[in-house]
Amino acid sequence: MHLTVILRITGTLLTLFSFSFLLPALVAMIYAETTFTTFFSAFGIALVSGLILWLPLRGKRELRGGDGFLVTALFYLGLGIFGAIPFWLAEATQLSFTDAVFESISGLTTTGATTIVGLDTLPKSLLIYRQMLQWMGGMGIIVLAVAIFPMLGIGGMQLYRTESAGPMKDNKLTPRITETAKALWYLYIGLTAACATAYWLAGMNGFDAIAHSFSTVSIGGFSTHDASMGHFDNGAVETVAIIFMTLSGINFALHFLVWRRRNPLHYLQDVEVRVYLFVLALVSTTVCAILWWQPNGHDEAIRDGLFQAVSITTTTGFTTTNFANWPSVAPIILLFAAFAGGCAGSTAGGIKMIRVLMIYLQGMREVKRLIHPNGVFTIKLGKESVSDRRVDAVWSFFSVYVFFFLLSVCMLMVVGDTNFITAFSAVGACLNNLGPGLGDVAVNYNSISAEVKWILMFNMVLGRLEIFTLLVLLTPAYWRR
Amino acid sequence: MKILILGAGQVGGTLTESLAKESFDITLVDRDGDRLRELGSRLDIQTVQGAASHPSVLQRAGADDADILVAVTSSDEVNIVACQVCYSMFRTPTKIARIRSSAYLSQNALFNNNHVPIDRLINPEQVVTEQITELLSHPGALEVLDFADGRVQLVAMRAYLGGPLVGQALRFLSEHMPGVDTRVAAIFRRGQPIIPTGDTVIETDDEVFFIAAREHITAVMGELRKAEKPFRRVIIAGGGNIGARLAAATEDHYDVRIMELNPRRAQGLADQLNNAVVIQGSATNRELLLEENIDQCDVFCAVTDDDEINVMSSLMAKRLGVRQVFALIGKTAYVDLLQGGEIDVAISPQQATIGTLLSYVRRADVAKVHSLRRGAAEAMEAIAHGDRNSSKVVGRRISEIALPPGATIGAIVRDDNVLIAHDNVIVASDDHVILFLVDKSQIGAVERLFQVGLSFF
Repeated sequence: MHLTVILRITGTLLTLFSFSFLLPALVAMIYAETTFTTFFSAFGIALVSGLILWLPLRGKRELRGGDGFLVTALFYLGLGIFGAIPFWLAEATQLSFTDAVFESISGLTTTGATTIVGLDTLPKSLLIYRQMLQWMGGMGIIVLAVAIFPMLGIGGMQLYRTESAGPMKDNKLTPRITETAKALWYLYIGLTAACATAYWLAGMNGFDAIAHSFSTVSIGGFSTHDASMGHFDNGAVETVAIIFMTLSGINFALHFLVWRRRNPLHYLQDVEVRVYLFVLALVSTTVCAILWWQPNGHDEAIRDGLFQAVSITTTTGFTTTNFANWPSVAPIILLFAAFAGGCAGSTAGGIKMIRVLMIYLQGMREVKRLIHPNGVFTIKLGKESVSDRRVDAVWSFFSVYVFFFLLSVCMLMVVGDTNFITAFSAVGACLNNLGPGLGDVAVNYNSISAEVKWILMFNMVLGRLEIFTLLVLLTPAYWRR
Repeated sequence: MKILILGAGQVGGTLTESLAKESFDITLVDRDGDRLRELGSRLDIQTVQGAASHPSVLQRAGADDADILVAVTSSDEVNIVACQVCYSMFRTPTKIARIRSSAYLSQNALFNNNHVPIDRLINPEQVVTEQITELLSHPGALEVLDFADGRVQLVAMRAYLGGPLVGQALRFLSEHMPGVDTRVAAIFRRGQPIIPTGDTVIETDDEVFFIAAREHITAVMGELRKAEKPFRRVIIAGGGNIGARLAAATEDHYDVRIMELNPRRAQGLADQLNNAVVIQGSATNRELLLEENIDQCDVFCAVTDDDEINVMSSLMAKRLGVRQVFALIGKTAYVDLLQGGEIDVAISPQQATIGTLLSYVRRADVAKVHSLRRGAAEAMEAIAHGDRNSSKVVGRRISEIALPPGATIGAIVRDDNVLIAHDNVIVASDDHVILFLVDKSQIGAVERLFQVGLSFF
């Protein structure tokens, strides 16, 4: 354990992050808003704190194996607090400290759960700042840092792995990690630009188009309006959203491959994408069917059903209607679909399709073993067989995930005295980085207590860092190394 | 004709044996002196001991005036280098090599005189796999052989009581099946060949060889025995080279289970195969076979590299109630003992390979040769050249051609059309003529028949 190295790198990352306050400050200047000073002072605070950690501790020391976990965890904690400064200071929001941090972490983890009401009247600089938090959190600020700072060197791989999602963390796109991180960010920026243009063509104004492209491609779900996507009531906008949410839920390594080979067929050759599209289609059809055949009738069953199914399954969390009030099992199906989430290596949350697929295949393997006791069966993703070590890892991930989910639900019901459906859906929405829940948290998270919010924040980070990065810090063995 | 054979293993040995009987000059090269002495003392051949790819060894073996080089050592790389050396140093006209690894086989651009100078690749595992695949798609057949790129097939099968044509004269064949044209090339009754005529009556237990266009095969087979249900469940015993290939080739069409004793190899198979079920265990384990419901299975295919295990496991599987057993049997002596008894089809890997080589040593333009009945009989696809004056076949009716005794013409492939050889068909130049010889000693007469007279040049 080299505390100096860890603090130095955390300081570096914080310094880097401080520059992100300059864009909203610029927006504040353009729209002549009073929040300019808020952002500029936030920039100052973060920059100075970052430099204090960084400069005195400069040295040649590299990160050692395992240090990356602590850096990433510290960084998300620190960023959650520093990122909360504008919400806390701004007069327009009047948020408590807890609410400000909640908003900031919800943004950084691309969850999209909010405590702010009255978004439509909020200063534009604050709005774009919320969207930006999600955008940076989507591909990962650490990945961004690795791309920009080659000096992170070998330690960069350590960090990269702690933040990227999915069970196959060793898949580099290029021989050098810096190049891989750069390639990912170029793709990410390209996709965002395409999304913003499409929104603009579909009828949004420039500001909304850019703001929503940030939260669409990062699968975050923040909007600049209280009514979320429902505000626009525009079929074209919803179509654009569906397309880009679906694209962003696909592994970015696969986007990279398609881009490099100029061959979109690679999408369909990938097993995970096939399963992902199948699940999207299945959930959409089911939800649409439920809405279509309900006794009172539902206007626009197909339009709402499709949008909500894609938005929730990919864990984005945009809404066009209040789906929590939908009949029968529809809201629960959507919530369960969010547990599966998108593909590994995408910006989506949840358990990830590839893990769900592996768990299914493992189940089928047990059935086959009962039929052929002497049979030898391997688990295959497409033509590649997966080592048992990896399958074990997926199983333990799944069990720990479920354990934390159930534990958090119980804690919510004890600590916050919430009803079951609220607790269940709030934890599900936060752990899966989804955003909107059911019951009392269907629209926003105002009505729940501060203690509950802290539990939910922990769940968001837990979900974003795929549990083990945080879990390892909670074990005595890690500190005894 | 001088033939240089590199490698005295199973294929090399059998090949030497069968070619030496046909009065070719054979030189056999191998590292193993004992094996060479054993073959040399039995057969009239020259032997050279040494590394097959070394130029000095090849020179000693007389590579400079050899007509054909056959490289069948156990190593792909040695075979490739030997062909290269012979091409570069001795200008050997025809080079045939056994290449097993599909990593090489899949690269078509690799094998030509500019790169790796091999004229013909042979791969016994591939040939055997194809044979078994054909047998699986024609339930009841003992042998299915392709001619003219598969447009025509020669099928061997046993006639059983209940076949509509059994007990009838061959003449009724065309009446029974108006749309289907076929010709029975030979009948073996209790091991003795019968040259069929219109009056020949098919009896139960006759081994019938007939030739027909590919699409008519199933219909003809239905005349000779009660139509068999298609195969569905297949057990492959042995996950070696052949087993793995076979499983990969059939797993999408049948319900395939493959048994392999070695746990690590079994794991490797499971990684390779997608639908086939890999069972780790011995194919001679009775309890294991019962556990896999052997009595509900259609075919048991024993393809381990051990003849004895193949025989024993096949016998056991048959007793336990599997519908048909195929066994890979290398030793000719075993084949004579077993085929037609409990083992339905005995497949010889050497015989499969030899056919490919024979088409190169025949003194006429021969496109394909299949060696049959342990090398006693032969089916070949010869190409007729010349005109009525220079050739003994072109321009003549089939009934006019002076075929040696024991030879029949089964079919003619002209361009892409299949003509079944009835007496009044006239042979044209460039026709592919498919002949069947029940007695191989007549091969010289057939070769002379298809050689073009001097006036052609």
